[in-house]
Amino acid sequence: MKLGPTTKSRLALVSTFAVAILMSVMPGPGWAEPFRPDWVGLVLIYWCMATPTRVGVGTGWLLGFIQDVLFGSLLGSHAIAKTLIAFITLKLHLQLRMFPRWQQAAAVLVLLMLNQLLVLWIRGLSGQAPETLIYWTPSIVGMLVWPWLFVILRDVRRRGRVT
Amino acid sequence: MQIGRAQRARRARAREGLRQTTMISVFGREIRVPSHLARLVFFGFLSLTLMVQDHRGQHLEKIRAGLSVLAYPVLLIAALPGRVGGAILGWFVSEATLRENNEQLRAERQLLLVQLQQYEALEQENQRLRGMLGSAARVADRALAADVLEANPEPFTRKIIVSKGARDGVFVGQPVIDAHGIMGQVTQVASDHARATLLTDPGHAIPVLVVRSGLRAMVLGTGDQDRLRIPYLTAAANVREGDLLVSSGMGGTFPAGYPVAQVTRIVNDPNESFLAITAKPAAKIGHGTQALLIWPGVKPPKLMDTAK
Repeated sequence: MKLGPTTKSRLALVSTFAVAILMSVMPGPGWAEPFRPDWVGLVLIYWCMATPTRVGVGTGWLLGFIQDVLFGSLLGSHAIAKTLIAFITLKLHLQLRMFPRWQQAAAVLVLLMLNQLLVLWIRGLSGQAPETLIYWTPSIVGMLVWPWLFVILRDVRRRGRVT
Repeated sequence: MQIGRAQRARRARAREGLRQTTMISVFGREIRVPSHLARLVFFGFLSLTLMVQDHRGQHLEKIRAGLSVLAYPVLLIAALPGRVGGAILGWFVSEATLRENNEQLRAERQLLLVQLQQYEALEQENQRLRGMLGSAARVADRALAADVLEANPEPFTRKIIVSKGARDGVFVGQPVIDAHGIMGQVTQVASDHARATLLTDPGHAIPVLVVRSGLRAMVLGTGDQDRLRIPYLTAAANVREGDLLVSSGMGGTFPAGYPVAQVTRIVNDPNESFLAITAKPAAKIGHGTQALLIWPGVKPPKLMDTAK
């Protein structure tokens, strides 16, 4: 089957988001739970940085909303956090692209922690928030996987000709 | 860093694109694309409204249930690799292991049947005595078995999804148990599945009774899979390590008399006003693939009819 360039790039975008969402709800062993990075957040940051004309604040909101529905969490809590990180990434996308990889990873850590902080505040306001420091490990793991994820997604972007 | 010609051209095109898309036509009229900030404000307010509505009001219940039905297949797909893996491992179980298992189950069944004989006699005696006292007879609870769908919940919450929903009469606040004790309660219901919050969720609390001393207490979740905590008991409280805690039935959500937890550790720190007590849930939380939804005994007769 021959696919047009727009269809192909759209397919590349949607499929990476779909895989990220599946990976965020896939059941795993209990001990591994704190080490699961926020795949959706990472992929969102990548696309906001690489293709700010196609992926932005609205996409972030939609992804967060899907997460809220899948997690059964307060509707809008992940949505607002993802909206905010999408916005910040859009504002900084030119700088982020120029950063060396490790510095990019550090920026990603800050973004992911901001995302988690917002969710933590909302959970604190609406019920019981977790009190352990382990709460922050997903962001740190996210920072560690960033360089590899970046390479994979760049490859997807080039093959799918997403601009 | 070297930038190839193709890449440079692509970037130039992207910049062109940026410039071009600042205007869009809506209903034949040219308008400016809203800025990122405007979009942030818009989606921020949308999220806030959703959160307030979801937390306070009941307006979103229906929408949430509908969305949840749409989301269910995604969760099923996400759980697929684990299930397939389990099934493949299942093929390679040796016959000897199966035989052994079978033997064990037979022995267990014999024991349970013997206990059941006594139970029936006791039940009758209990009914008779209650009749003589003139108090209402306790009706047995109706139970419905449901599959537990493993799905990763929001990090640091403890929730499960069960494969029965509003269609089967599941309601919010319904107790969920397994063969060993109370697991939690249903908190969201969609038509074909429901979400239950476990005892171990940091936001969950259940009123209990210490079987040995009759002391009433509260058991709170911690977020750990096998640790619960009991607050507000002073050093004078009659509680020991190893004590069994059963549901007290206060508050009306959970029926009385089901095992909840066992006290594992009591720390008496003289600097604190209360004891630091930890307990282990009686139910095998996080191991089983089956759960029972129960309809506590004293319910409208209509529900009891459907049980037959």
